Amino acid sequence: MPNPTSDSAPHDGYDLAVIGAGCAGLAGAAAASELGLSVALLDMARQTGGQFYRRPAPELRVERPQALHHDWSVFTGLRRRVAASGVTRLTGHHVWSVTREDDGGGNVEWVVHAATGADGGDERPVRVRARAILLATGSYERHLPFPGWTLPGVVGAGGAQAMLKSGLVLPGRRVFVAGSGPLLLAVASSLAAAGARIPAVVEASGYLGYSRRPGVLAANPLKLGEAVTHGAALLRHRVRLSTRSAVTAAHGTDRVAAVTVSRLDRDWRPVPGSEHRIACDALAVGFGLAPQIELATALDCATRRAVDGTTALVLDGLQRTSVPGIWAAGETGGIGGAHVARVEGELAGIGVAAQLSGRGALVRTGRVRTLRRRRDRMRAFADVMAAAHAPGPGWTRWLTDDTDVCRCEEVTAADIREAVTDLGARDARSVKLLTRAGMGWCQGRMCGAAVTCLAASGGESVPPSAERRPFAVPITLAALSSPESPADADAPSTAPPDPAVTDD
Amino acid sequence: MARTPAELAAARPGPPFEITVDGRPVTALPGQSLAAALWAAGILAWRTTRIGGRPRGAFCGIGQCYDCLATVNGRPNRRACLLPARAGDVVTTQEGHGRAEPDV
Ligand code: FES
Repeated sequence: MPNPTSDSAPHDGYDLAVIGAGCAGLAGAAAASELGLSVALLDMARQTGGQFYRRPAPELRVERPQALHHDWSVFTGLRRRVAASGVTRLTGHHVWSVTREDDGGGNVEWVVHAATGADGGDERPVRVRARAILLATGSYERHLPFPGWTLPGVVGAGGAQAMLKSGLVLPGRRVFVAGSGPLLLAVASSLAAAGARIPAVVEASGYLGYSRRPGVLAANPLKLGEAVTHGAALLRHRVRLSTRSAVTAAHGTDRVAAVTVSRLDRDWRPVPGSEHRIACDALAVGFGLAPQIELATALDCATRRAVDGTTALVLDGLQRTSVPGIWAAGETGGIGGAHVARVEGELAGIGVAAQLSGRGALVRTGRVRTLRRRRDRMRAFADVMAAAHAPGPGWTRWLTDDTDVCRCEEVTAADIREAVTDLGARDARSVKLLTRAGMGWCQGRMCGAAVTCLAASGGESVPPSAERRPFAVPITLAALSSPESPADADAPSTAPPDPAVTDD
Repeated sequence: MARTPAELAAARPGPPFEITVDGRPVTALPGQSLAAALWAAGILAWRTTRIGGRPRGAFCGIGQCYDCLATVNGRPNRRACLLPARAGDVVTTQEGHGRAEPDV
């Protein structure tokens, strides 16, 4: 890694750099700024909102953005607060690394390194210095492979929703929605509302898991309300919900033309003889979400295994990671959804302000107590949800030898099984070295869960991945070797400021 | 009930413009990503894989999977789900890694 510092660079130090402008990042930036900190908010997208509040570009001139969303008023509230505050918004900034600098006198400064441009392809690298960091990088979708999942028209469930929210497009007219987790219901109701025909939502788990914790359910009426809203929308659009079933194959030559749906037993093993084939022109599929924490693991922040098998950051009651100066909020601490992300962002913003300004009283207020109570209540619900939808070990039964597991490097299930059974690989890392699974462009984000599971030979459901990625996003050597300039919100190659924030 | 996403959100975009995809004209709306414009035109694949030569298009929709790589105005390996479409863009199917030499 090149030395990112430059003595001649003008001062560009902030109190806090927030990475990610979704619910957690917006709330954290607003809260910290309102308490007097100077805050930079970086995000790769052109507009704030993250994935949950992703919206069409201003040029599409959408009059009813709220029709694509739930709880739109929460977002407009957050946007207003950020717009009214002194937060510097740096859009189109793809953060690839955070490094630590010590001036020798005990002063620690963090340096955020980012590539700029819509896809990070502008060769103008940027750095932002700050005394503290809030990681609000969210999550990405967890996938499990099945025969045919690389066919065009098979898209991520979250991906289909993202493309709808940002580009007002659908992958097809007759779209199956399959996988596991509450996101499927939200995706199906959005796609149906936008005109897609959804023959069925195919959920691999049952919903019985929820009923085992009635107390947690009763304490989260908001979540139940969401479920009822989606359920009603699905009824209205005549969408069938099949539980304990999965799309175990997609068929087609150049694009998906049909899927095979199979019944599953409790361990997600396909029930022989239950398969039926149904025509469609797209399949939106996903098995929940996984925290996006590579910036944190590169800094040695401690992680934990969440109940759904994903790896999340260890955080204390004020959203601090195990590394002093680094805070995290939202999905980085475990998948919990937009509401918990907002509450945690708020807590983190207050926590950073208390620490940097030495005003410990800031975290001993009724407001902080309320936020923490709400967070704990919603986290309890998220755990029930995660447990109910955690992949069962039997899913590997739907793989055929020639199923691609790693999409980028085209590594098949047979290649991985050979590495495990013949060559003795016992973890994702050894499988990766032997097969190149996870070494491609996406760095294992799409195949990581499956490879770890296959490496563990089905003993566990989806073991945690110790995956570390040296760069959080790929960066060209050209960008790496050119000098970084301090971030400047007015620089011409920086994306224009978020118009929707100022047009309120 | 809305029949299209644009109706649902009451979009009033500026005038559509043209891009070309493997020489064929495709209409895009201002503000759409290249991937969105291609989906709107019913095109789901614009890349072939290095090893099997298999077709691929957008999968994750948010810049994570790199399945949507395309050659745009002669430059390979651009993520079509993130790049906004611009009038006159020339998109060509990216074969393999997009060039004879490794991309740096
Ligand atoms: S669709 Fe995944 S990176 Fe573009």
